[in-house]
Amino acid sequence: MAVADALTRLAREESGQVLALLAGRFGDVDLADDCVQDALVQAVESWPADGIPDNPAGWLYRVAYNRAIDRLRRTASADRRVRAAAPELTDAGRLRREEEVPIVEETEVGDEQLRLMLLCCHPSLDQDTQVALTLRLLGGLTTSEIAAAFLLPEPTLAQRIVRAKRNIRDARIPLSIPADLSPRVDAVLTVLYLVFNEGYLARGESQDAVRVSLVDEAVRLTGVARSLLPGNAEVEGLLALELYHRARLDTRLDGAGDIVQLADQDRSRWDGALIAEANGILMRVLGRDPAGPFQLQALIASQHANAATPADTDWTLIADLYVRLLEVAPSPVVALNHAVAVAMADGPRAGLALLDGLGAALASYHLYHASRGEMLARAGDRDGARASFVTARGLAVNPAEQRHLDRRIAGV
Amino acid sequence: MQYLLIITQDETIPGPQPGEPAFDASIRAWGDFTREIMQSGALVSGASLQPTSTATTVRQVAGVNSIVDGPFAETKEQFAGYYLIDVADLDAALEWAKKVPAGDGSIEVRPVSMMPDAAGNPQFVN
Repeated sequence: MAVADALTRLAREESGQVLALLAGRFGDVDLADDCVQDALVQAVESWPADGIPDNPAGWLYRVAYNRAIDRLRRTASADRRVRAAAPELTDAGRLRREEEVPIVEETEVGDEQLRLMLLCCHPSLDQDTQVALTLRLLGGLTTSEIAAAFLLPEPTLAQRIVRAKRNIRDARIPLSIPADLSPRVDAVLTVLYLVFNEGYLARGESQDAVRVSLVDEAVRLTGVARSLLPGNAEVEGLLALELYHRARLDTRLDGAGDIVQLADQDRSRWDGALIAEANGILMRVLGRDPAGPFQLQALIASQHANAATPADTDWTLIADLYVRLLEVAPSPVVALNHAVAVAMADGPRAGLALLDGLGAALASYHLYHASRGEMLARAGDRDGARASFVTARGLAVNPAEQRHLDRRIAGV
Repeated sequence: MQYLLIITQDETIPGPQPGEPAFDASIRAWGDFTREIMQSGALVSGASLQPTSTATTVRQVAGVNSIVDGPFAETKEQFAGYYLIDVADLDAALEWAKKVPAGDGSIEVRPVSMMPDAAGNPQFVN
């Protein structure tokens, strides 16, 4: 079991760093990925018999590095690259001892990992590909794990990654840190948020025990991004947001897999340690920058997470935070959430008035109709509420949401 | 690494005509950009094209040529001109593409795959 844990840790925690270093050293992501995979296979084969090395990351780097050199030697055209990456090898001919592998500085790891993260989320790759590459190269997930997590056929995922690697090579997408970092960091945060959301929304649909938790992977990779981008308030905001949601993840569904609404969740089962951690992060970044979208969403989540009972929720403050969110990241869905907060703060009529302006943009969004149904029910319009719930039911695709709406239709 | 910056613009929007101040400003912007990319050493070649009303398309289907008037596809945005540049990587090419003074147009950035060598034989560039 200790070996199995060490191997999982090696793949998840260390392989992304080692891959980033090798990719930077050889200027070839594909080569680095192949060699890290080979080295991981070798670990699976040899560790149970030989024991866990004292320095697993160092072991992985050495084995993958040697594998890369072997591969490059086999192709005559690669002589130049071998010379550039490992000048000590041109005469020696063979790498004899482990000690000859170049020592790696800690600071170098961070830079290379940031380059790899930016490459995975390069704007010339489509978003699905960005997500797959980030989980694969940076997160150390296998292609089959990613495919299972997104409920996609494995060949689809494998092809997506192969095509991405080919594009990286053919278009020469560089491992570099651009001068204008901010739009590129936004892309990284968006990818991490997508991964988190996928895990958060899919929770409970699959009983597959081997399915990796995208929620936990997103939290882990956001933590990595945070260490690579010190002082970036939006990374901190995203991490806090994820922790708040993670803290109440287990209370979102009941034993039957049915949705439990925020007001009905058992708050004693929320993870106080995660909420405290998120609070600490927010306290440190508060007021440091003009708050960006993730920081604002984290602030909203913190209002819910820190309210002892539903009645303690400060809906007026939440409505104000949504106004600020609408200023920096306007979207119909944010406007819908704002209307819901206003309905809670100022009554259902005030919320309904705001919803009227959103009907066209959100006509096919089930949560628009579900929210409208809730407000109409609170305002005493039972027929209107039922009609809205029926419309929402017809648009919902998630089985748990469908069952929830069936109960609402029957209840009004 | 060579990249083609393919400039496409909406032909239905009339551009500034000679004599108008906007025309001089436009010519100046293109001249400034072209000089900058030339002096950087990145420019291989470039050209601006006549509108697609002047275009004739030769279609080759199963070895049979047919010649038709107009561009290859009737789309709103049409190929208007290009720069062929030689830079280190895609990010460098994208930086130049951002500076092209195309107004409301688009610049598609495509890596070159093959180029003829001195004897005219196609060679992969990678």
